[in-house]
Amino acid sequence: MDNMLDIRNLTIHYEVESGTVHAVEGLNLTLGRGESLGFVGETGAGKTTTALGIMRLIPNPPGKIKSGEIIFDGENLLDKSEAEMRKIRGEKIAMIFQDPMTSLNPVMTVDKQIAEMISLHKKVTKSEALKLAGDMLELVGIRRERMHDYPHQFSGGMKQRVVIAIALACDPELLIADEPTTALDVTIQAQVLELMKELKQKFSASMILITHDLGIVAEICDKVAIMYAGRVVEYADKRSLYSHPIHPYTRGLFRSVPDIDEDVDELPVIPGLMPDPVNLPSGCAFHPRCSMATEECAKVRPEMQEAEPGHFAACPFCVKKFMNGEAL
Amino acid sequence: MSEEYIRVENLKKYFATKRGMLHAVDDVSFTIKKGETLGLVGESGCGKSTLGRCLIRLLDSTSGKVLLKNDNDDGYIDITKASPREMKALRKRVQIVFQDPYSCLNPRLSVWELIAEPLIVNNVHSDKNEMRKRVRSLMETVGLAERLENSYPHELDGGRRQRIGIARSLALNPEFIVLDEPVSALDVCIQAQILNLLNDLQREFSYTYVFISHNLSVVRHVSDRIAVMYLGQIVELSEYKELFSDPLHPYTQALLSAIPLAKLDVQRERIILEGDVPSPIEPPNACRFAGRCRYAKDICRTTPPALKEILPGHFTACHFAKEQKQ
Ligand SMILES: Nc1ncnc2c1ncn2[C@@H]1O[C@H](COP(=O)(O)OP(=O)(O)OP(=O)(O)O)[C@@H](O)[C@H]1O
Ligand SMILES: Nc1ncnc2c1ncn2[C@@H]1O[C@H](COP(=O)(O)OP(=O)(O)O)[C@@H](O)[C@H]1O
Ligand code: SF4
Ligand code: SF4
Ligand SMILES: [Mg+2]
Ligand SMILES: [Mg+2]
Repeated sequence: MDNMLDIRNLTIHYEVESGTVHAVEGLNLTLGRGESLGFVGETGAGKTTTALGIMRLIPNPPGKIKSGEIIFDGENLLDKSEAEMRKIRGEKIAMIFQDPMTSLNPVMTVDKQIAEMISLHKKVTKSEALKLAGDMLELVGIRRERMHDYPHQFSGGMKQRVVIAIALACDPELLIADEPTTALDVTIQAQVLELMKELKQKFSASMILITHDLGIVAEICDKVAIMYAGRVVEYADKRSLYSHPIHPYTRGLFRSVPDIDEDVDELPVIPGLMPDPVNLPSGCAFHPRCSMATEECAKVRPEMQEAEPGHFAACPFCVKKFMNGEAL
Repeated sequence: MSEEYIRVENLKKYFATKRGMLHAVDDVSFTIKKGETLGLVGESGCGKSTLGRCLIRLLDSTSGKVLLKNDNDDGYIDITKASPREMKALRKRVQIVFQDPYSCLNPRLSVWELIAEPLIVNNVHSDKNEMRKRVRSLMETVGLAERLENSYPHELDGGRRQRIGIARSLALNPEFIVLDEPVSALDVCIQAQILNLLNDLQREFSYTYVFISHNLSVVRHVSDRIAVMYLGQIVELSEYKELFSDPLHPYTQALLSAIPLAKLDVQRERIILEGDVPSPIEPPNACRFAGRCRYAKDICRTTPPALKEILPGHFTACHFAKEQKQ
């Protein structure tokens, strides 16, 4: 499969009073055409920063892409001019944010907002654009008669569906959704996820779904990347990752979520806290919290290694154990 | 743990709004046993926090009773009607922990001052040294390192701020604690740490908890029994395992089927609810779920179903719960 997106050694920093925030630190990631990738990590891991980096929307100052390459459709997005990026955004890459109101204009009716996006990227008349906007709304399950409503007249789930309609209006090749359902109730989340699953098939767009919910990833993604302290520490297809996670952080993450049909008295926890991104630990950034850490771990920063075809982890010890068939 | 400790009878809380009366909590009745955790789940706006606040009278109820068993005799005191003097004594027995510890911690107070505050306000210790000891021991109980004494909330992460909130609620040795989304703002790893802490505390001090959350796997993990709320009412109440294995109310069934599971190859039917939760303002005299319910019949639109015991200890408010069982 040819890669539509290939991120190499991406480093993004924010300069703040207390020093340099290493939000993304030497990140590598690939995404095949038509694939959907779950991008999982805790708050502050650098997920949103990575997404904003791909969109070239890092607020500057305080943020800056320090190095690396983001190859999209064979071209490095970091070499593009702002004018070129404006064309790519929306038309080729669209983004959905956690809070739908960040993408909606509160004083404009929703049909006009969708039509505006369409007119920006397609040669259509105004009335054609409005008609297409109505079609898009119907596609995401909002009745056409509500197309002249303002965002505040919709519930949270409906607003997020409007945002999805805007994002898909120009048939983008890549859709980046940053925690699109985190602010929604479970039954409404189920509606939106169902919609995204359907649209994924209909539009054959590639998708990066940012979330901290391993359940959502299980439901709609093909591949999974686990991010910790600015780097991807494990990457695999969903089946391998869920059936045998390798990296100690990934394994800890899975264990700390209460199970829906099993009783445990004490939840297994990963001790300690996320590291301070201004002072990342040396070597493996996870070593202060890792029960398997050795002296070596504090010295050498582990690279991603392939443990089985397509399954990579940034922990040489666990990869070796796994390959030797030892229990993790 | 069999002894009844709190009895809630026909509790209502209405808010007057421009468009009419908003029925935030509408005629709920249930009991809580000593040392038990009652989970409270439901979608945003269904009245969980309002109910939690009425239980400990952070809000005055519109009508109904919240009976709390006396310490020393078999009588009860109705919290909703307690006099200011009685309330002052009750404040020590009932406490609350909020979702967002940040917004309810005074940013100008240090960790030490924040935890000492309830002790000072209630004149618990006249002796400075004793108070120092007590704050230290509270910090230790909730897992805050001594070196953080002089830190301020903004310097700490969400998990530690929540530990401060918990320490404050424990300061007066309460019996009953309402936990309003105590882990909802936290990442899973920190969430697990706090859930374990709450569990340990309950085991040690036999606290009674009401645990409010919209996260069903978290609620299942912590609760002995679970109440499901919909639009101001309890639609189902059951022992926790049975609620998950044998949900009787169509809303509960939809809610459970909507949880994304972090597992592959689970076969289950997902019930996608159409539409959104209707308005809580002047709700119709009917089953409030009727507009979204796939089993709704005429009677559902004209007669509100009462909460009834369908299986031993398993209550639900649905006209067709019995038929469904057959
Ligand atoms: N002070 C108030 N004045 C008017 N209406 C209120 C007030 N407080 C709450 N409400 C309304 O009462 C209903 C119940 O609100 P409540 O905060 O109890 O819900 P909740 O279940 O805790 O929701 P969430 O999951 O979002 O925290 C809502 O419709 C809310 O808008
Ligand atoms: N505008 C900003 N200014 C300074 N620091 C930032 C900014 N945005 C993000 N950060 C920091 O960068 C790190 C990564 O953040 P983010 O990409 O938002 O993570 P995630 O989306 O995984 O929660 C965090 O330490 C965060 O505090
Ligand atoms: S490299 Fe060392 S510290 Fe890092 S995850 Fe592996 S064993 Fe743990
Ligand atoms: S009473 Fe009727 S509408 Fe209400 S939940 Fe039962 S079947 Fe559905
Ligand atoms: Mg983010
Ligand atoms: Mg609430």
